[in-house]
Amino acid sequence: MAETLLEVKDLTTQFKRGKKDWITAVSGVSFQVRAGEIVGLVGESGCGKSVTSLSVMRLHSKDTTRISGDIVLGGKHVLDLSDKEMQSMRGNDVSMIFQEPMSALDPIMRIGDQLAEAITLHTDLSKDEVHKRSVAMLKSVGIPEPEMTLKNYPHELSGGMCQRVMIAMAMSCEPKLLIADEPTTALDVTIQAQILALMEQIRRERNTGILLITHDLGVVAEICSRVIVMYAGHVVEEAPVDELFKHPQHPYTQGLIASVPRLGRRVHRLPSIPGSVPDLAAMPDGCRFAPRCKYAQEECRATDPALVKIADDHTCSCLFSEKEREEMLAHE
Amino acid sequence: MGKYVVKRILSMIPLLFVISVVIFMFIHLIPGDPARQIAGADATIGEVQAIREELGLTKPLVTQYVEWVGGFLTGDMGVSYTNNTTVIELLTPRLPITIYLTICSITWSALLGIIIGVVAAINRGKALDLIGMVIAIAGISLPNFWLGLQLMQIFSVNMGIFPTGGVETWQGYILPSLAMGAGIMSILARVTRSSMIENLGKDYIRTSRAKGLPESKVIMRHAFKNSSIDVITVTALQIGALIAGSVVVETVFSIPGMGRLLVDSIGYRDYEVVQALILFFSLEYMVINLLADVLYGVINPRVRYE
Repeated sequence: MAETLLEVKDLTTQFKRGKKDWITAVSGVSFQVRAGEIVGLVGESGCGKSVTSLSVMRLHSKDTTRISGDIVLGGKHVLDLSDKEMQSMRGNDVSMIFQEPMSALDPIMRIGDQLAEAITLHTDLSKDEVHKRSVAMLKSVGIPEPEMTLKNYPHELSGGMCQRVMIAMAMSCEPKLLIADEPTTALDVTIQAQILALMEQIRRERNTGILLITHDLGVVAEICSRVIVMYAGHVVEEAPVDELFKHPQHPYTQGLIASVPRLGRRVHRLPSIPGSVPDLAAMPDGCRFAPRCKYAQEECRATDPALVKIADDHTCSCLFSEKEREEMLAHE
Repeated sequence: MGKYVVKRILSMIPLLFVISVVIFMFIHLIPGDPARQIAGADATIGEVQAIREELGLTKPLVTQYVEWVGGFLTGDMGVSYTNNTTVIELLTPRLPITIYLTICSITWSALLGIIIGVVAAINRGKALDLIGMVIAIAGISLPNFWLGLQLMQIFSVNMGIFPTGGVETWQGYILPSLAMGAGIMSILARVTRSSMIENLGKDYIRTSRAKGLPESKVIMRHAFKNSSIDVITVTALQIGALIAGSVVVETVFSIPGMGRLLVDSIGYRDYEVVQALILFFSLEYMVINLLADVLYGVINPRVRYE
């Protein structure tokens, strides 16, 4: 089995609200990312996907955030590192790209300077070598005229080009792990496909592990090998991508997959999951999905189900198996 | 870039024309008669009329305007009605004093204001932020003439460190520039703080942190450099306010500068001097805004080609 790059165990992230109040955004999250695989982290807005990824990078403000659990990145326990040690890991062992490529680059700094900044931080290369590395990086992400682009400012490039630059910058110090937080959400469909292909190419050529955060199941189906589904700050299901799409176990996952429109399937009305995500400050007791779940029973409102293994590589947090749920529905 | 600067300078010409017309109209339309001031309260109507003709005030306004502008372009700014010296002779010794005072005020206030703003923004909501903002509120709430008098009382009268007025020595500049700069320091502290807070929340700051950049570099190289665009705009505008400040502070500290000359000349309806001074202040304002625009172009690539 490939080397484990990132292991998150029982991660809990809390944010300060008011003077002494803490609200829990994410709790009990555990997962792994191995070298050379693309892991999708999916869920609707506010489910804690981004909070989880920013916790891994320790990019939350220290004053207003409390993180517990264990995050092991390249053999190091991230939460025990000093600020300085963490800084030298960022961009070097783990990099991150973001949703809005246009605003993620400094608007008044040339692309070349922003790239060089990342490279000189983690290497001892001379100015010439940094330049060569920058050109090579831009070329590797498919930018046609790297020398020209280095002199450009972000506003002179398109969104897709900016995202390529972001990827080049993120990969410039050859991190083993890349965290991509909705990297294609702000781009149009053709550019999306190109950026996804580029990420797949990086994975293949460099054996990079990629944690892809998205709410787009189409993106997941296209390039992920494993999927983690989050709901209201918890992981509710994890499975290899084919398994997940063919046999989704958790009612939430089933609802998500059913709500994706498909070509050639005639539906009168697109199915949707009733209700909305619970407020972080007022989480329901028991299963967090129970208020929206058509199978919910008394027990569901009392017990918060743990993530249990239901097959090799497949875990799910529901008190009932799919068969049991079908029987319950038929019974009523 | 060069083209942009030339274009900007050329655009000042029509602006100067409009300003000169406005200044000329204003000064000639306000009530009060310089001839009456010169002749004194006891003069007869005939004597006043004679002086008026001598000063050329009986000619049509358009002719007076053309003569004034024509004189200006040939380096003749006219003669002061009250002092019997040419306007140029009157301005020459006063100009460097006011300019020096302005430079002193803007330098200390900009430096301190920016430092307070940056420190407050980084420590948002903490003690240092509060202290910085209390200083800023104090600086903007104290009128400069009152602040000038208090400084004079403490440092000149009680402690005897600085002179109470005049600028014969360099020490004479210290208290007036403190009084003049306090308001600007406060405004810059507030603007810098809010701009820094805004920029620190931007996506590219998160990107530079994700690169592994140390926080000090994130703040200076990315956040502050972006904030400096706002800071420059406000600084340029505040230099205009400094001109008004110089009028008051030069009077309080009895400094023979342009500001005090303006106050005196308005009192005497000394048209030629007032016109020259206001035109000079307008020009100063325009030059500073030009400098600000050029600096913009250097810092912000997005305005360069517009």
